[in-house]
Amino acid sequence: MILHELLDYTTLRLIWWVLLGVLLIGFAATDGFDMGTAILLPFIGKDDVERRTIINAVGPVWEGNQVWFILGGGAIFAAWPPLYAVSFSGFYLAMFVVLAALILRPVAFKYRSKRDDVRWRAAWDWALFIGGFVPVLIFGVAVGNVLQGVPFRLDGDLRAFYEGSFFGLLNPFALLCGLLSVAMLITHGAAWVTLKTAGAVAERARGVGLVTALLTPALFALAGVALYLWVDGYHITSAVVTDGPSNPLLKQVAAAPALWFSNYGTYPFLLIAPVLGLVGPLLVWAGLKVRAEGATLIISGLSLLGIIATVGVSMFPFILPSSIDPVSSLTVWDSSSSHQTLFIMLVVTCIFLPLVLAYTAWAYRILWGKVDAGAIRAGQGHHY
Amino acid sequence: MELDIVGLSRLQFALTALYHFLFVPLTLGLSIIIAIMETVYVMTDRPIWRQMTKFWGSLFGINFVLGVATGLTMEFQFGMNWSYYSHYVGDIFGAPLAIEGLMAFFLEATFVGLFFFGWDRMSKVQHLAATWAVAIGSNFSALWILIANGWMQNPVGAVFNPATMRMEIEDFYAVIFNPVAQAKFVHTVSAGYVTAAVFVLGVSAFYLLKGRHVTLAKRSMAVACSFGLLSSLSVVVLGDESGYLATEHQKMKLAAIEGMWETEPAPAAFTAIGFPNQEARETHHVLQIPWALGLISTRSLNTQVLGINDLVAHGKERVESGIIAYDALQTIRAARGAENVAPEVKAAFESHGRDLGYAYLLKRYVDDPRQANEQQIDKAAWDLVPQVAPLFWSFRIMVGLGFFFIALMAAFFWQSATGRLGEPRWLLKLAVLAIPLPWIAAELGWVVAEFGRQPWIIEGVLPTAMAVSSLSVTDLLITIAGFTLFYSVLFVVEVSLMVRAIRKGPEPDDHPAPAPYSTLQAAE
Repeated sequence: MILHELLDYTTLRLIWWVLLGVLLIGFAATDGFDMGTAILLPFIGKDDVERRTIINAVGPVWEGNQVWFILGGGAIFAAWPPLYAVSFSGFYLAMFVVLAALILRPVAFKYRSKRDDVRWRAAWDWALFIGGFVPVLIFGVAVGNVLQGVPFRLDGDLRAFYEGSFFGLLNPFALLCGLLSVAMLITHGAAWVTLKTAGAVAERARGVGLVTALLTPALFALAGVALYLWVDGYHITSAVVTDGPSNPLLKQVAAAPALWFSNYGTYPFLLIAPVLGLVGPLLVWAGLKVRAEGATLIISGLSLLGIIATVGVSMFPFILPSSIDPVSSLTVWDSSSSHQTLFIMLVVTCIFLPLVLAYTAWAYRILWGKVDAGAIRAGQGHHY
Repeated sequence: MELDIVGLSRLQFALTALYHFLFVPLTLGLSIIIAIMETVYVMTDRPIWRQMTKFWGSLFGINFVLGVATGLTMEFQFGMNWSYYSHYVGDIFGAPLAIEGLMAFFLEATFVGLFFFGWDRMSKVQHLAATWAVAIGSNFSALWILIANGWMQNPVGAVFNPATMRMEIEDFYAVIFNPVAQAKFVHTVSAGYVTAAVFVLGVSAFYLLKGRHVTLAKRSMAVACSFGLLSSLSVVVLGDESGYLATEHQKMKLAAIEGMWETEPAPAAFTAIGFPNQEARETHHVLQIPWALGLISTRSLNTQVLGINDLVAHGKERVESGIIAYDALQTIRAARGAENVAPEVKAAFESHGRDLGYAYLLKRYVDDPRQANEQQIDKAAWDLVPQVAPLFWSFRIMVGLGFFFIALMAAFFWQSATGRLGEPRWLLKLAVLAIPLPWIAAELGWVVAEFGRQPWIIEGVLPTAMAVSSLSVTDLLITIAGFTLFYSVLFVVEVSLMVRAIRKGPEPDDHPAPAPYSTLQAAE
């Protein structure tokens, strides 16, 4: 097959770096509000009907939304195999905790209302909370660690060795990123709940959202300052080969302060990402204030795009820097799949992603409208 | 199996994968049975068929959710526990997994929401389309994951790249249309259909024995036994196809399943019963059917089926050839590229490169395979033999159950065709007792497929022992204990909810005017 020569290796790697971002942002923008809603559940739902109203607000869509996460895993495997191999084995126990929480979530959705027993339901409500809070916190913490560099090295056979510990992940900067992640997705969840429900539940969600929408840019700014002052960035010191074989050991890398800010000097237009991350949540706050529900949700999606994109463009071309052996760091130019695999996967994505977006949009349209608490009381129409 | 990193990683994968596959087969088959029922509803407009769709749909939902939840572990644990594997073959193996997400998971997960929440929000035809989307999505997911697994059994279309120290894709078409993958796909989904058919049949039989929901039960049975008869025939036929392909691509697996140590003159006999002894390298007390193995596995009377001893001898040659490849690879790496080495080194790597994985088998005994002595090479060659007895028995129980399902389905189909569903009572009791059997057959099928591939994780390419992550025994013990505990609790919860839902029976339909069963038969 010679077809893949249509796009050169460098371009394909760049496209897949962007697509990696699209998947992460797609995950945060869709499943993010499911998780944010689940975090809010025990606090804004005061009785069973209210809690079922909240659960049914995400009930029909969380399963489809979760696929963004699964697809993220699959796409990293297919397009960035070294990243898949190093990160998930490195963050082993953290990943186990995330999986346990995420396994709890579907089960809780499905089984909660199957028994008419107060303690049964309360237990599953907290399971839903855990299924939202724990992954959101750990994803943030993971990003915080990636920005600081992860303690791994590769040997000559490209076998990865990880020398950190689970508790080493919980350092101050990473926890700050974890908090930012929680605040950002609570805001997103609150925006969703105010859109999909009415009455007291929507009001309480709005109340929480008004606080977290201000907390999010504050934490984002704080993380930015901390990153500038205390976190070393990385750069490639040897000649940058963008279309060479995917072998990270063929380059030289050094760490130095404030390097994660150098891309903005070279390409000032990239500043749009952090600006969006700072201003977006403030607009969400304003949107909640004036009760523009639909617009608020969209702006909330854009602000998390800004925050996540900021991480990506700050680190570019690094994807997973190594703190103990910088040469082992994974970059866009040396940790992708082969030229042909990237091309095939791009073709598949170009065919199926628009289809997925089309029928997802159709499903949301079918399910349009607020959850009807009266119907839940009467036991009709809403499944959970 | 030693409880070191490799042993524990295998144990964890086996636990989580076999557990995941408790839910998958029912999802595969029940989604289609429900779609068939709803199709009848849309075509005939009889409310009983909607009631059936909703009832079996509610049981489907309880099962589906655990399939999805445990599937999350599967998607990530290659990276978590099999880091070197992920690096070594991610270029090929990752693609079907990602395509599975794009093509299948989104489809089933998006429409399963509409299936449960959309009854009052969509037209009948729209809802039916959603139901079929769930069924097609589930089955597509099986297709892609079995393309991935098929490649582990028969790694076609890929080549080792010394510059990246991994396998890279050469012919994607060959990976997708891998004959092993295609046979596995149809065999596996058919097994799922049988599982669901036996489930629907058994639960319906339970209702008939209790004299409850008789109309719903009889109609469900009629669907289940027709669907089940076709599927159970297909499982056996396609299983035979898998066996035929194993003769071509996984000779050792076939010989181990047969407990066949010596090559026999063609056509070889099939050992129906026997007691394999790994140490003595013999199978005792055999009861053989003349010619049968030769006919099944080679489809001819004069092709030999090789025994384990001869295959080990061939394996030894490949280990020796692998050492040459390994040596050439080290020279190429030291020179930073195949273009920088002498042509004879390059030629050596090209002609022996396909045996590189066999040199890796020596890593268990010696750090540098080039230093291996005769005895170590011998040991590595004998490592090619999987544990014979578990394969021998797993295979026979699976096949026996396969034939039992054909008989069971045929009996019910006959009763249905002659209008005597609901009798005799012993047949109904048998159907209830048969409910767990398809799961046993399916799990044993995976034991044959995966245990039979050992010592390889990728047949002939990468030994399982090399594929693990650099974890500690403590890490693995924590996660194994965690998964075991967590999964056990979920299993108890799921089974108890399933039993409750079955005891409770279908919700009364909004328009209760059940047509008598005879009308249905007339309609069919």
